[in-house]
Amino acid sequence: MHGGERVIAFENAAYNYGGGELLSEVSLRLAPGSFHFLTGPSGSGKTTFLKLAYAELLPTAGHVTIFDREVRGLSRDEVARLRRRVGVVHQDVQFLDHLPLAANVQLPLTVSGRKSDARDLGDLLQWVGLAHLSDALPPSLSGGERQRAALARAVIMGPDVILADEPTGNVDWEMSLRLLTLLVELNRMGKTILVATHDLNLIRQAKNQVPARVLRISRRRIQLAGADL
Amino acid sequence: MKLPKPLARAAALLSSDARADRVVPPSGHTAWLTSFTAGAMTFLCVFALALSLASGRLASRWSDALARTATIRLSAPPEQMQAQTEAILALLATTPGVESARALTDEENRALLAPWFGADLPVEELPLPRLIEVTEADPGYDGEGLRQRLAAEAPGAVLDDHTRWRRPLAEAAGRLRLLGWLSIVLIGTAMAAMVTLAANASLAANAQVVRVLRLVGADDHYIARAFVRRFTLRAFAGAGAGALAGLIGIMILPRTDAAGGFLTGLGFSGAGWLLPFLLPPLAGAVAFFATRHAALSKLREFR
Ligand SMILES: Nc1ncnc2c1ncn2[C@@H]1O[C@H](COP(=O)(O)OP(=O)(O)OP(=O)(O)O)[C@@H](O)[C@H]1O
Ligand SMILES: [Mg+2]
Repeated sequence: MHGGERVIAFENAAYNYGGGELLSEVSLRLAPGSFHFLTGPSGSGKTTFLKLAYAELLPTAGHVTIFDREVRGLSRDEVARLRRRVGVVHQDVQFLDHLPLAANVQLPLTVSGRKSDARDLGDLLQWVGLAHLSDALPPSLSGGERQRAALARAVIMGPDVILADEPTGNVDWEMSLRLLTLLVELNRMGKTILVATHDLNLIRQAKNQVPARVLRISRRRIQLAGADL
Repeated sequence: MKLPKPLARAAALLSSDARADRVVPPSGHTAWLTSFTAGAMTFLCVFALALSLASGRLASRWSDALARTATIRLSAPPEQMQAQTEAILALLATTPGVESARALTDEENRALLAPWFGADLPVEELPLPRLIEVTEADPGYDGEGLRQRLAAEAPGAVLDDHTRWRRPLAEAAGRLRLLGWLSIVLIGTAMAAMVTLAANASLAANAQVVRVLRLVGADDHYIARAFVRRFTLRAFAGAGAGALAGLIGIMILPRTDAAGGFLTGLGFSGAGWLLPFLLPPLAGAVAFFATRHAALSKLREFR
């Protein structure tokens, strides 16, 4: 487990795709074991923020540090190693379509040269409710199944942090609650969680289960939202 | 045993990690293009190799034959023979490009004629021409000029420099050998270029796969390995088939030795037969480095 005071820290960070700053003066810290939601209108920069948080993008100003490492100074191999410690569920979940679900879920282990334990994999698939689909190819999965498979893939390495981008994007309310429960369970296991979502109902529901905090993007800044919501 | 680092890396890139290979989808019929190209290139390479070796043999045989000697045959009335011989020797002594010259003795004349007329030929009594052996310096003498001066000095002297005509041939054979080696280098370069193109196309076609692999934490060497392994094995297998076909082609060429020995036969001799077997590993190595270079530079487009 990570020992420092912050897992991911932004310091006056900004990002600009080229048409003016999308995010400005972002300063915040994700403490170990914390649970955050990130909300904001569509196009406000939630996905962009997450990409900065796992070093897919580099800030155009200011600093981002992950596990106390400044992202700008990371080599390609270091970025690869860092991604094994940060589990990401992407908004557009992508798999290797020619490999069955089980192989996709194990992919982070495969590429890092680690042996996978068949029982652990079985347990994990059981946990996300996909044990019966372990031989299915990703294109044949439903939206919710893909989201859960992505979550399983994000946690298989036992990462310290889980970043989830609209994990309930295309599933019904019942499935949303189920995914939320999985994330809450992970948080109780000590993982730092950040979930980007525009689903306020989901956030309210979560607040009943964990002391989650809400970050809101408005007018290029990110602020801690009040308790009202 | 511990391998040096680049070698260990190469071994790691090739190590038969089936899972590493599986993360990139099989590429179907385009895979054959690489094998086919490697095969065709190797087939051509076998012939270029045979050409180089054969012309090399030809060049060295012909250069050996150019023993740098010529003969002057002097026919003269017996009473003038000695005087003319000395005149010619004096002339040769002042001719630039002549290293040495000497008249053959009667003994040597007899030895030359013995195979035809028997050992007890009375050489002294026969009106035989006197032979003068001329050894050429480097650079050689001007043949035409020497002929004219000889004609003025001794009308009965004939300069026989029969081996001189072979010199341009020996040079041509040397050039041919050079062209053969050049072809081999070009074939190798062309193959590297083809493999690079194919590997780039394959990487571009699998952009989605590469993106997913990067996102789950694969480093560049891991991703490159899947491609490198594939292209190296394909090139090796294709080149194996090509080399075999080329060898069979060379073996069924008609022997040309009988046809005047002008062509020494396009083929291999002795240990030369082993050279084509070096081509498949060489093709594999070319593919290995070409794909590795292509993959590692292409991968930088993905964060
Ligand atoms: N690669 C890119 N190049 C240029 N502009 C981009 C790029 N990616 C995103 N943008 C723009 O940046 C803005 C923020 O995009 P982002 O995906 O971060 O929004 P979001 O908050 O995640 O939206 P959503 O809720 O719809 O997922 C959008 O206006 C988008 O068009
Ligand atoms: Mg988004």
